[in-house]
Amino acid sequence: MYSFEIESPTSVADAVAALGKEEAQALGGGQTLIPSLKARLAAPSVLVSLKNIDEIKGVSVDGGTITIGGGTTHATVAAEVGGAYPALADLAVNIGDPAVRNRGTIGGSLANNDPSACYPAAALASGATIVTNTREIAADDYFEGMFTTALEEGEIVTAVRFPVPEAAAYIKFEQPASRFALVGVFVAKYADGVRVAVTGASEDGVFRWSEAETALTSKFSADALDGLSLSGDGMISDLHGSGDYRAHLIAVLTKRAVKAAA
Amino acid sequence: MTKVTMTVNGKAVSKEVSGNTLMTEFLRDELHLTGTHVGCDTSQCGACVIHVDGKSVKACTMFAAEAEGASVATIEGMANADGSLSVIQQAFQDHHGLQCGFCTPGMVMTAAALLKENPKPSEHEVRDYLEGNICRCTGYHNIVKAILAASGQDVSGIAAE
Repeated sequence: MYSFEIESPTSVADAVAALGKEEAQALGGGQTLIPSLKARLAAPSVLVSLKNIDEIKGVSVDGGTITIGGGTTHATVAAEVGGAYPALADLAVNIGDPAVRNRGTIGGSLANNDPSACYPAAALASGATIVTNTREIAADDYFEGMFTTALEEGEIVTAVRFPVPEAAAYIKFEQPASRFALVGVFVAKYADGVRVAVTGASEDGVFRWSEAETALTSKFSADALDGLSLSGDGMISDLHGSGDYRAHLIAVLTKRAVKAAA
Repeated sequence: MTKVTMTVNGKAVSKEVSGNTLMTEFLRDELHLTGTHVGCDTSQCGACVIHVDGKSVKACTMFAAEAEGASVATIEGMANADGSLSVIQQAFQDHHGLQCGFCTPGMVMTAAALLKENPKPSEHEVRDYLEGNICRCTGYHNIVKAILAASGQDVSGIAAE
């Protein structure tokens, strides 16, 4: 690793001030960033750890909305949202392994926007709102492609607000070595329609499968998806699976998710 | 350099560290607690699992500076006060839950975290919890058996493999 200093502010305001320094970078749980630093893929001069900022931690449920602080670990989400939003708890409890879930945070995952991460699918399928220190961003406007988001330099994800759906499920097909999603599909049914978000598959990162959403909004049943398919063009193609294979998996997993949610 | 102060296995320690000093480096190179192993150094293998404030974490994927003020437990703190093996360690010995022993510190620390959360896990729950701990010798069978035995469950019906 290159050398850097670590600062550990205890408030969002202090963290934002620290991030104003040249080559400063935010550190959430570090489960992606630290491996990247070891590989010398990043060279910050200062890492600003968000770990000690209590105001961005925790889960609260208010009517039909769950608000999760950006610094909340996957383990806490898994333990605390099960009653209100079981599909989201199920997603969180299947990220990585127990030790990773004790460090990794939802804000870190969404800020990184790994094309195979699970949380982007939940946020996009739920029509979540990403709250930062300066503004609120609709999930539809937030994800801008692989490892790219609407976040500006020094902007921190302080919370994520999820409207609770009537029914939902997340199904992932794990890449057996890394346990990342080779493809993951999150289906969420709301009063005003069904949303389907796909992670792991596209070269543009997480995306909504609009044809499936239209079909499922008319009829929320796996057979409503019969005959629907996606092209393998623009899908990630690597040694773990071709683009066509990933496209095929999306259709299969979407049906499974609908069955699991219904 | 930053000064960090924490409790490791019940003992207060204070050292100057660089920002990029990993917890594994701090434990092994500064405190000479070499029981925390570095297998992959990429948070896959789990040989470096320790407990920070009671929760299992991969010490290779955490900076020492992040443990400021924390209570840290490593494999060196697992034995009983009189030096005898803890229940989990004894079960690993009794049920041949290790062969080369490289992964064992991480396995024991993960097992301890599991049994704290879930004192009577099913075999499936044990296997699921060990997802982030890789063993290349045993095929996991006897590790799972040892953890079930350490939880006080009868493993006499589980065949040796």
